Amino acid sequence: MLIPVILITSFIVFFIINLAPGDVVAQLTGGDATQEEIAQVRAQLGLDQPILIRYIKYLGGLLHGDLGTSYVTGRSVYASYMEKLPATLQLALASIFVSILISIPLGISSAVHQGSIRDNVGMVAALLGLSMPNFWLGLLLIIVFALNLGWLPSGGSDGFKSIILPAITVGTGLTAMLTRTTRSSMLDVIRQDYLRTARAKGVPERLVIRKHALKNALIPVITVIGTQLGSCLGGAILTETVFSWPGVGRLILDAVNSRDIPMVTGCIVLKTITISIILLIVDLLYAVVDPRIRAQYSKGGK
Amino acid sequence: MEENNTVLQIENLTVHYVLEDETVEAVNGINLSLQRGKVLGLVGETGAGKTTTGLACMRLIPNPPGVIKTGRVLIDGTDLMTLPEMKMNDVRGKEISMIFQDPMTSLNPAFTVGEQIAESVQLHDHVSKDAAYKKAQEMLELVGIPAERAGEYPHQFSGGMRQRVVIAIALTCNPKLLIADEPTTALDVTIQAQVLDMMKQLIEKYQTSVIMITHDLGIVAEICDEVAVMYAGSIVERGTLEDIFNNTMHPYTEGLFNSLPNIGHRGEDLKPIPGLMPDPTNLPEGCAFAPRCAYAGESCKCVRPELRAVSDTHFVACNAYSRKDFSIERSKPHE
Repeated sequence: MLIPVILITSFIVFFIINLAPGDVVAQLTGGDATQEEIAQVRAQLGLDQPILIRYIKYLGGLLHGDLGTSYVTGRSVYASYMEKLPATLQLALASIFVSILISIPLGISSAVHQGSIRDNVGMVAALLGLSMPNFWLGLLLIIVFALNLGWLPSGGSDGFKSIILPAITVGTGLTAMLTRTTRSSMLDVIRQDYLRTARAKGVPERLVIRKHALKNALIPVITVIGTQLGSCLGGAILTETVFSWPGVGRLILDAVNSRDIPMVTGCIVLKTITISIILLIVDLLYAVVDPRIRAQYSKGGK
Repeated sequence: MEENNTVLQIENLTVHYVLEDETVEAVNGINLSLQRGKVLGLVGETGAGKTTTGLACMRLIPNPPGVIKTGRVLIDGTDLMTLPEMKMNDVRGKEISMIFQDPMTSLNPAFTVGEQIAESVQLHDHVSKDAAYKKAQEMLELVGIPAERAGEYPHQFSGGMRQRVVIAIALTCNPKLLIADEPTTALDVTIQAQVLDMMKQLIEKYQTSVIMITHDLGIVAEICDEVAVMYAGSIVERGTLEDIFNNTMHPYTEGLFNSLPNIGHRGEDLKPIPGLMPDPTNLPEGCAFAPRCAYAGESCKCVRPELRAVSDTHFVACNAYSRKDFSIERSKPHE
């Protein structure tokens, strides 16, 4: 599964970057380089060869686990990516945490009070989170909490305090989808007969919803959380820029700007692998939640 | 002395479903009482208000749209309709339990059957998790399922087994009243007999009073002591099993019996009751059964009949009995 995905993504990225105007040589050599100097650098980087050959060479390296080295810094792509990954991972997890914290209670309360004012207010709030541009919300938060109140740092990454604002910024963007999913999934479950059985046993309504209904409504919710975590791991480029967060998003952005082909392709290949791993974990989580899926797995994945 | 033995008393219970532009009059002022250890069959066709009556006793009518308009439901003298919701949770599952029609959907797919039975024990008997689980295993054995299957999930059980689990959940706290809402309708015939047999034994063992909601007169004959026949939200005839089966009085009850195939007269055509039940959003002014009734006279269309006592145990709601010489076909002596 993973291998064709890597092949296809790397192919697309490799060629698209090549189609983009400008190239890395101009940046490396500066404006006053002679034709010969430029040609020399090109040959050194292998840029004088046809693109297909370059791609096949690149794949050859990939087979050995070699993602190449950056044209610009000369450092290994893998090392650069791994250096930035922890920060991105932190931000992604914190954002998802914020999103879950807001979405699940909001979604449940909307579903339980379907059609009421609470439902409508919840849905509007969730929509607001989606419609607000991330960078704008980020700037707003910086103005209020960093500049005016001075409670939290406006950027950088040192310690818990500095992650709060970026996490809120990214997290609120995710709430809309997650709230809606929670709500519709709960609505499906809430009319089920087995909740009536639970009530007939004398289970208090609060527990009927939180225990009996929620566990059955979790599958779509986990799917959305997994996908969102995957997309967060690609780096929230705008938010990372606004908060000068040293994550993968900015690494990729810089690489694209300087047409650093091995860097861009390598980062995206690594990102693909990370997302695939996350989705695999999500699949395994299904089994934890739903015994029927667990039974399928143990039968040998039929 | 007699009074003390009454487990359930329903007085003038009225339940409506208030929808946006109409009101469904599902249950209209019914009265019932049930002695300890007795089994009452609540009979009637689909939509007669049987299930609504059962749910109303549990105060589990979905609201909105369901509203319990008037009435009292007394369990051992305590009126459930005025209890706060918190107290009601103690009653549900402990004093009254309910078994639902479709065992395929009435168990939670995400929890093991053992957990689902144990939950009830934990809630009401306030024992530790382990003790509750042990009790759950005992209950499983009691309904004929090996105790080691307690750790399995509902999807690993067949329909009949699941209904046994549902029955185990309902009986685990030894309730005074069990409301069984068509417990065997969704099962196939051989399993029906087994489940019914098992229920009968358990009911006798624990001296539980039961309201058996059903449309199957065979089940009624098998298991019930008393019968109440419901039609369009009202009780049209009530009496002992004997009264209803051998001394049928209401034309609707007669219609129910006539709709059964008779194994003694195989060639005979079935005699279904003509027409359909009246629209519960728009009940006729007089007797609800009058439009379908072969005996209906003019007065039936405008006067709603009250239950009248025929004997100490037998009650019937039919205007025709104001006429001295009236009797239905079934009670006339035939060859």
